[in-house]
Amino acid sequence: MIAFIGKRLLGLVATLLVASFLVFAVTEFSPGNVARKTLGPFAAQESVDLLYQKLHLNDSLPVRYVRWLGVLTGVIADPLQDPALKLDFKDPRGDRYFGNFGYSTLYKLPVNDVIWNRLGNTALLAGISFALIVPLSLIFGVLAGMREGSFLDRTISVFGIVATSIPEFASGVFLVAIFVVALRLLPGTSPLTTGGGGWSIASQFVLPVAVLVLYDSGYVVRMVRGSTAEVMNKPYIRTAVLKGLSFKTVVWRHAVRNAMIAPFTVILLQINFLISGVVVTEMVFAYPGFGRMLLEASLFGDIALIEAATLVALAVATTTQLLSDIGYALLNPQIRVA
Amino acid sequence: MTAPLLRVENLKVEYRSAAGSVTAIPDLSFEVAPGESLGIVGESGCGKSTLLMAIMGHLGSSGVATGRVIFEGKEISKASPAELRAVRSGGIAMVYQDPNAALNPTLKIGRQLVEVPMLRAGVSPTEATRLSERMLADVHLPDPASVMERYPHQLSGGQKQRAVIAMALLANPRLLLLDEPTTGLDVTVEAAVLDLIDELREKYGTSLIYITHNVGVVAQVCDRVGVMYLGDLVEEAPVGALFASPRHPYTRRLMACVPRLDGDKHTTSFLPIPGQPSSLRDRPAGCPFSPRCVGFTPGLCDQKVPVEEIGPNHRVRCFRHREAEMFEPAAQDIVAPAEPRPEIVLEAQGLSKIYKLGNSFFGAKRSAALSANEDLNFSAKKSEIVAIVGESGSGKSTFARILAGLQDATSGKLVVLGSDIANTTASERSSDQLSAVQMVFQNPDATLNPSHSAGFPIARALKKFKVTHGSKETQSRVAELFQMVRLAPSLMRVRPGRLSGGQKQRVAIARAFAATPDILVADEPVSALDVSVQAAIVNLLLQIQKTKGTTIVFISHDLALVRHLADQVIVMYLGKVMESGPVAALFAPPFHPYTEALLSAVPVPDPAAEQRHVRLSGETPSPINVPKGCRFATRCPRKVGAICDEVPPPERKGEGGHMILCHIPLDELAAVAPIFQHNRSERAPA
Repeated sequence: MIAFIGKRLLGLVATLLVASFLVFAVTEFSPGNVARKTLGPFAAQESVDLLYQKLHLNDSLPVRYVRWLGVLTGVIADPLQDPALKLDFKDPRGDRYFGNFGYSTLYKLPVNDVIWNRLGNTALLAGISFALIVPLSLIFGVLAGMREGSFLDRTISVFGIVATSIPEFASGVFLVAIFVVALRLLPGTSPLTTGGGGWSIASQFVLPVAVLVLYDSGYVVRMVRGSTAEVMNKPYIRTAVLKGLSFKTVVWRHAVRNAMIAPFTVILLQINFLISGVVVTEMVFAYPGFGRMLLEASLFGDIALIEAATLVALAVATTTQLLSDIGYALLNPQIRVA
Repeated sequence: MTAPLLRVENLKVEYRSAAGSVTAIPDLSFEVAPGESLGIVGESGCGKSTLLMAIMGHLGSSGVATGRVIFEGKEISKASPAELRAVRSGGIAMVYQDPNAALNPTLKIGRQLVEVPMLRAGVSPTEATRLSERMLADVHLPDPASVMERYPHQLSGGQKQRAVIAMALLANPRLLLLDEPTTGLDVTVEAAVLDLIDELREKYGTSLIYITHNVGVVAQVCDRVGVMYLGDLVEEAPVGALFASPRHPYTRRLMACVPRLDGDKHTTSFLPIPGQPSSLRDRPAGCPFSPRCVGFTPGLCDQKVPVEEIGPNHRVRCFRHREAEMFEPAAQDIVAPAEPRPEIVLEAQGLSKIYKLGNSFFGAKRSAALSANEDLNFSAKKSEIVAIVGESGSGKSTFARILAGLQDATSGKLVVLGSDIANTTASERSSDQLSAVQMVFQNPDATLNPSHSAGFPIARALKKFKVTHGSKETQSRVAELFQMVRLAPSLMRVRPGRLSGGQKQRVAIARAFAATPDILVADEPVSALDVSVQAAIVNLLLQIQKTKGTTIVFISHDLALVRHLADQVIVMYLGKVMESGPVAALFAPPFHPYTEALLSAVPVPDPAAEQRHVRLSGETPSPINVPKGCRFATRCPRKVGAICDEVPPPERKGEGGHMILCHIPLDELAAVAPIFQHNRSERAPA
């Protein structure tokens, strides 16, 4: 098992390297001059040309990638922080350290000062949502799937379809209309500051979490329901029933674990969605999160921030994949590595 | 007769769905006495599994049963869920067809076992563990404590079935329902499981209802047999009487389809049953078998058939059972088999296939070799049937794959029509080489593309091999091929989903013959089919072979069937040929000890035949670590000593190309008692 995890970790690093190269290539090749993007539309052509030379943008792509990797790992100093450029980019950590993602031109701050804060906010939102989505989906999915075609099954399934088919912006606006405008129970925005309105931080989480949970658990419930229904038709469930076990024992002891195997991967994939796919919810509630930051960075052309954010999202995705493989092996003894 | 343990009265089972209801069992009554073993024989779709589920009260949401099921004087068909659970946990237990599916893959064997005794009041977990371990020892699983800690996939098929039997017996049942418990197991494993059932029955005095399609198995384990057709019990008799004088036309024809070890294609022919069973939706009025019965008399057989008692405990449902001999075709469908001709079309010379197993990651290499075929030497003549026999893992399918070009050989030669194709896979073979070797696969359901019509693969083969030119010629040739395999040409445009298993296999045979092959590789072509369908397909193969002169490499695990149709037999074990020779020589002493064990394990459809029991101990060793000396040494009941483990055995040559790979000299191997002894002077008319 340890060898297996070690192998997968090596694979993870390899994946990140390849992916980072692709991201680098795409962002550097996107329309427009990197130097121009960095300096903004109103900078004089001379300073753009100067920066262009300073960054050696004439070099071939692999060379520039290696240089970027050098900055990231702290081997090379970040050229943007060179005072000669008069950009006034300053990083309190210095210009040469491991994990240097560069300088965000949008926020006028080192990337590291922006991204972790935002990621933390989103992780909080995602964590609360995930902590609700998983048990809710499992409970309702198993309840629906254990008696296929029953009244309970149909009710849960219809509810699941409705919840998933309403996009987040619609359900967000809907919930705001009810709880903010009509009932005045909750705040309509979640800037995570206690400033205007005097709403507590906790109350600011309620609506965004509700939107995410509704949207996502509808989908996961259906996955769990399908898998449970399939397992309930397996011969070993018949064996358990004909042993004389009560229905509760059959479901709990014999069906649930088998029914978890297939949806497990899907459930972990929800983490990826919750980290980088929640842009819409963050926009609706003005939530200072990772998705919104990525959107803003893309619109502005903040290359360093885009690269950093994509890498972080990729790292999250590959880590959840690793976790799902390990969990899968634990659930399913047949593929457990000796 | 004492009070019956189980009485089923006028049981009727219907399946209801949105499309209407179908009756699986119209009206069924029977009894099982305490300690009795009742066998129920029937082909697929006859309702035998439905019957078991109806007894257990587990028909699913669409099944509706009416009538009475009385177990130990209590009407369990009207029991409350709690009472039903009590019956299941302590009265009636069940053993299932496929032990791989019947055990929960994510729970250890121990947990699945202990929950059975723990359902009884007063059994503590430690006591339950003790009981379970003792039961595992009773079913002869070595090292019960370690078996308890294993997951199902860590046991072999036979071991799993033993665990399932142990699980059933832990409920202390008075009645054990067995649903095809040995189907899908290797013949030597099957024999050991049947022995076990017999032994446990004696030990615990449990009554059995044994459901199977295998007439031979019934002869071995049952006191009384019921024959089911389309949900009706058409005949019921003590096992001796049923085999000695079957009365119902269906029973008689079914028995005539069973391959026997005492006849071959030159002496007997199967008499397949014409047509196929009616669907449950349009059940014929009166006798269910009437549409396929040659003795069908309008105005008589379409009336409701009463049950007639014609002997002690012998009941039959047929108006004309007294005249059954008269309307039976005597020799209408006799197949005259082809005779092998001298020219050799296929020759294997030292053919080996070794799979390199290994796992290489960042240069770290661990490797092992799995030898699937080792040093195969044999040849096949034109229009000869060479059967390759062996249990799972013997490498018989690997050879078929090399011959068909799905795989290449590691070393050695495989000469087909003069050219060596051992290392020429299908994509490298010329069109002529491809058409020379054609294949028919085991599972007809999986080999036909469900979205193409039945005629499509045949037309494609015709075009691909340029047998026909133009669509008109192709279509007429497809129609001819359909005729050759006795399928109505109208089925050409039908999708495979609407064909029966036998019809699908006929399409597969027609496709193989579209290319006019010199060699047909048939990999277990009939093992997924019912015995009456199997008989028809075997007859068909023999007929086509006779007209086309095709050489057939017939791969099978069924020795009785091989006895029936082969000219030459090759017995394989762990990738190596143990014995080979003409069919008559192979089925008579001298035997290789493995062949001897195989033969003594075949369930013989004759309760009067005395069969010598040679049982193999242990499991087939993994093909990765083959024994250094004789492959079979670890399980051989006639092992002579260390030489068997250390030294590869010599090839001992007998008469007529008979070869046995064994350290024991031929004359000593020949000096064994015959495996079968008939206690009767005369064989029953069958």
